[in-house]
Amino acid sequence: MTADIPAELPKPLGMLAELTHRCPLGCPYCSNPLALEGRDDELDAATWARVFKEAAVLGVMQLHLSGGEPGSRRDLVEITAAAHAAGLYTNLITSGVGVNAKRLGELMGAGLDHVQVSIQDSIATSADHIAGYDGAFSRKLALARDAVQMKLPLTVNAVVHRANIDRVADMVSLALELGAGRVEVAHVQYYGWALRNRSTLLPTRAQVDRALAEVNELRVRHHGRIVIDAVVPDYYARYPKPCVGGWGRRSLNVTPSGRVLPCHAAESIPGLEFWSVRDHPLGDIWERSPAFNAFRGTAWMKEPCATCARRDQDFGGCRCQAFALTGDATAADPVCHLSPHREQVTALAGIQEDAPYHYRRM
Amino acid sequence: MNHNDATILPDTCPRLPHGVRLVQNEAHGWTLLGPERVFKADMIAVEIIKRCTGKATLAEIVDDLATTFSAPRDRILADVTAMLRGLADKRLLEL
Repeated sequence: MTADIPAELPKPLGMLAELTHRCPLGCPYCSNPLALEGRDDELDAATWARVFKEAAVLGVMQLHLSGGEPGSRRDLVEITAAAHAAGLYTNLITSGVGVNAKRLGELMGAGLDHVQVSIQDSIATSADHIAGYDGAFSRKLALARDAVQMKLPLTVNAVVHRANIDRVADMVSLALELGAGRVEVAHVQYYGWALRNRSTLLPTRAQVDRALAEVNELRVRHHGRIVIDAVVPDYYARYPKPCVGGWGRRSLNVTPSGRVLPCHAAESIPGLEFWSVRDHPLGDIWERSPAFNAFRGTAWMKEPCATCARRDQDFGGCRCQAFALTGDATAADPVCHLSPHREQVTALAGIQEDAPYHYRRM
Repeated sequence: MNHNDATILPDTCPRLPHGVRLVQNEAHGWTLLGPERVFKADMIAVEIIKRCTGKATLAEIVDDLATTFSAPRDRILADVTAMLRGLADKRLLEL
């Protein structure tokens, strides 16, 4: 089956399975698209099982079971078992609301390798306000403790923005206290819902610099006790992030209804043709679908990317961000200091106003 | 426990914790998988990690490798210790 895939075609390592867009929380930076897919369009467990087998053949090793809240799926245990049977490393990305200790135990029994629980802040009232859900914080902590008690490795994902950036150290301490082996300090990336809430979420340059210095210090202090990964906020960066490790190169994303995307925000770029696992085997989609080939490699690039020494290192940055901020998906990611649009990003970063959140709702 | 101690006691039985697996994959070869981590493992790493079963002691692992690869034991001990310490610091190994 791998024989008809050209040797030069990259092989994906990771796949994000968005099992559902349903979620009880309303986080204003949710990575789901603004147009959420409904329950009636969701793939059934048997189709997911087929997709997992095809993913493993294609080279995928790590599977992220995500959403929405994956716990909203009643058949989550069955889906997880199918992923494990396909030989995939399974990571559950949960809000902590929708999975209780009993189900977590069943998931572990089905072969779950790792669980990631997001937190919105280190202070309950603020965390619940950001999530738009009273009591979410205490349920998250409870699930995190259950995971550690079961000896299921835990990552705490702390999503950072203006309302909580001054408590990065407190959130890392909370992760340590919960017994997490890893904490992600994930600065909000401005797509979809976060883009809509950008002026309310974006921290100041001084806050970002302080938070980055703090993370470096915490890494040294907690070396060997907890792994601290940081997703940096690129509006203040000099070079763009190598988004998803390069388009159609290392990872893929399957939406609840089965559309296969090079990244979770790819549908925000107009004119791309996405294929569905309902119509095509995953390997065909990876190799031949127009959306995957649109920005694969470097042939699509314009200046300053086309002749840039870093073009094989950061791949022109993020296509979705290029489109969102310049209207041209083939432009250099405008956060790059070489982009002719860099000034606009700097101007946008200067707009900060404390408006009420537009919560993510169906 | 001192996490920054560079040495490992000879009777320690290193093991991969839940959530860390060494797998062989047709597309990517031998790989150590952990939480949001994918490490390509070279043949030396594979031989070491395979022996981290939680049953064999560090001393036994080093003896075994020294015999299997006809290499000086001191050198093997230094290499294995450095690698295992590095993995443990990344929470990919239990000591």
